[in-house]
Amino acid sequence: MSYGKSYGRRRYLKPSVFWSIRQGFPSWLSPVLTTLSLLVPVIIWCFLSYGGFVNPKFLPTPTATLATGIDMLRTEALFADIAASFLMVLAGFIAAAVVGIPVGLAMGTFYSMDGLLGGFFRTVRYAPINAFVPLIIIWAGLGESPKIIIIFLGIVFYNATMISDAVKFIPDETLNVAYTLGATRRDLLFRVILPATLPNIIDALKLNVAGAWNFLIISELIAAQKGLGFKIIYSQRFLQTDKVLFCILVILAIGLATDLFFKLIFRLCLPWAESKTS
Amino acid sequence: MTTFPTTLGQPNRVTSAAKLEIRHITKIFRKGKQANVAVDDVSVQLVSNEFSCIVGPSGCGKSTLLNIAAGLVKATSGEVLVDGEVVPGPGADRGMVFQNYTLFPWLSVAKNVAFGLDLKGMPQSEQRSKVEYYLNIVGLSDCAKAYPKELSGGMKQRVAIARALANDPEVLLMDEPFGALDSQTKEQLQEFFHELWRKSQITVFMITHDVEEAIFLSQRVHVMDKSGKLRETVEISLPAHRDLEMKLTPEFLDYKRHIIHALR
Repeated sequence: MSYGKSYGRRRYLKPSVFWSIRQGFPSWLSPVLTTLSLLVPVIIWCFLSYGGFVNPKFLPTPTATLATGIDMLRTEALFADIAASFLMVLAGFIAAAVVGIPVGLAMGTFYSMDGLLGGFFRTVRYAPINAFVPLIIIWAGLGESPKIIIIFLGIVFYNATMISDAVKFIPDETLNVAYTLGATRRDLLFRVILPATLPNIIDALKLNVAGAWNFLIISELIAAQKGLGFKIIYSQRFLQTDKVLFCILVILAIGLATDLFFKLIFRLCLPWAESKTS
Repeated sequence: MTTFPTTLGQPNRVTSAAKLEIRHITKIFRKGKQANVAVDDVSVQLVSNEFSCIVGPSGCGKSTLLNIAAGLVKATSGEVLVDGEVVPGPGADRGMVFQNYTLFPWLSVAKNVAFGLDLKGMPQSEQRSKVEYYLNIVGLSDCAKAYPKELSGGMKQRVAIARALANDPEVLLMDEPFGALDSQTKEQLQEFFHELWRKSQITVFMITHDVEEAIFLSQRVHVMDKSGKLRETVEISLPAHRDLEMKLTPEFLDYKRHIIHALR
């Protein structure tokens, strides 16, 4: 009697290096693949531009872009724009952390706060902040404050919900053992819940700083006299694609540096933990 | 023939020095229209300095009962008393060791042991000597500065025991503390904990599904059945000093047979 082909035979998992799932991965392969993934877009860019397949008005060469960039830094005071944008992101980011972290902790810790704030925060998270940009500019004017408000609103709800979820993932036993050691609710919050979620808090902030840059550029595209977003929209009017591209590269570089900064903070401050995000 | 000094049919035996008393505890979990009785009118008295165990099949409500004793879960009815006084919630008087490793991963071993002491506001120097003392008892003085992630399962559980004991609880509650360990480590810890209890004479209330473990460690074994009722209480009259060899003696095996039959 036969039951088809494979039922009777023994089946084993075939070994694989590239498709390995939590079974070990050669340490050299990971950076090689990362470099490759970053290089491929650059190679495509070089191929299209140097090869003359695209009008340089639409896609300038990497060298032309860099040359323009150096020129912008020298003659157009691009550093001032970078600093202006950076400060806006920093202000919005700090505001969103100062509000988002305590609200998230409270939502995750207390059922009452989850009811009071959780429903609102989780709902508003789906509101398209970009759609509010014109309104916010009408309400807050054209200065710096609307930009900070937009960044703040763009990420504060994510901060809070991500942190509140992290609190809910703390095992019951961890909290119960603290109770049986004589902890009050206040002790529980500051000596157990806060340190237990600190890695998640740093991870959440790291992820949301990217969001902060997105919202800054959106707000600067619409109303600004300085900043990288303003530079991009201004250059676009004169079809200066090289300048647009250089500004994007600057934002990428800042993002990369921020990421490294958070990784460093994580490693220095939380030697006991492992980051779950990359 | 051996006879067993059981207290069958008189669960409310009055003892002079009940450190912890569980009085007519019932716990009903309601899910929609279904009501599941996890603990059904259980009364237990813990005599001072005594080691008692509850054995029962998994899902019989013994963990729920222990959590109620600790004040972590609210009973549907009944009350928990410490030294004759009703306690409304959890407190440092009832220390607890859990089955899963509950060390705080962000604190070093020494800081974990000092956690309860720090909450009480004990001066640093006093904390240090106390932590040193208890880490020495559990044989982990060398690991004081390590983080929990660097320890093996058995070591983690020893730290958890040290942390509970350093806090000077009046009763130590243990929820299958050796349940997640391999059999060698488990037996080592049983022997270790027996010695520790003999020296400290702390009142211990432990939950286990391991009948051997219960007999080996206890003066009194309470047998709980699937319906959440206390079926029988068996007093263990084995010598005060016990070692692992004892698990093979006829007296020990008689107790084991009796309890296993009671569990069926």
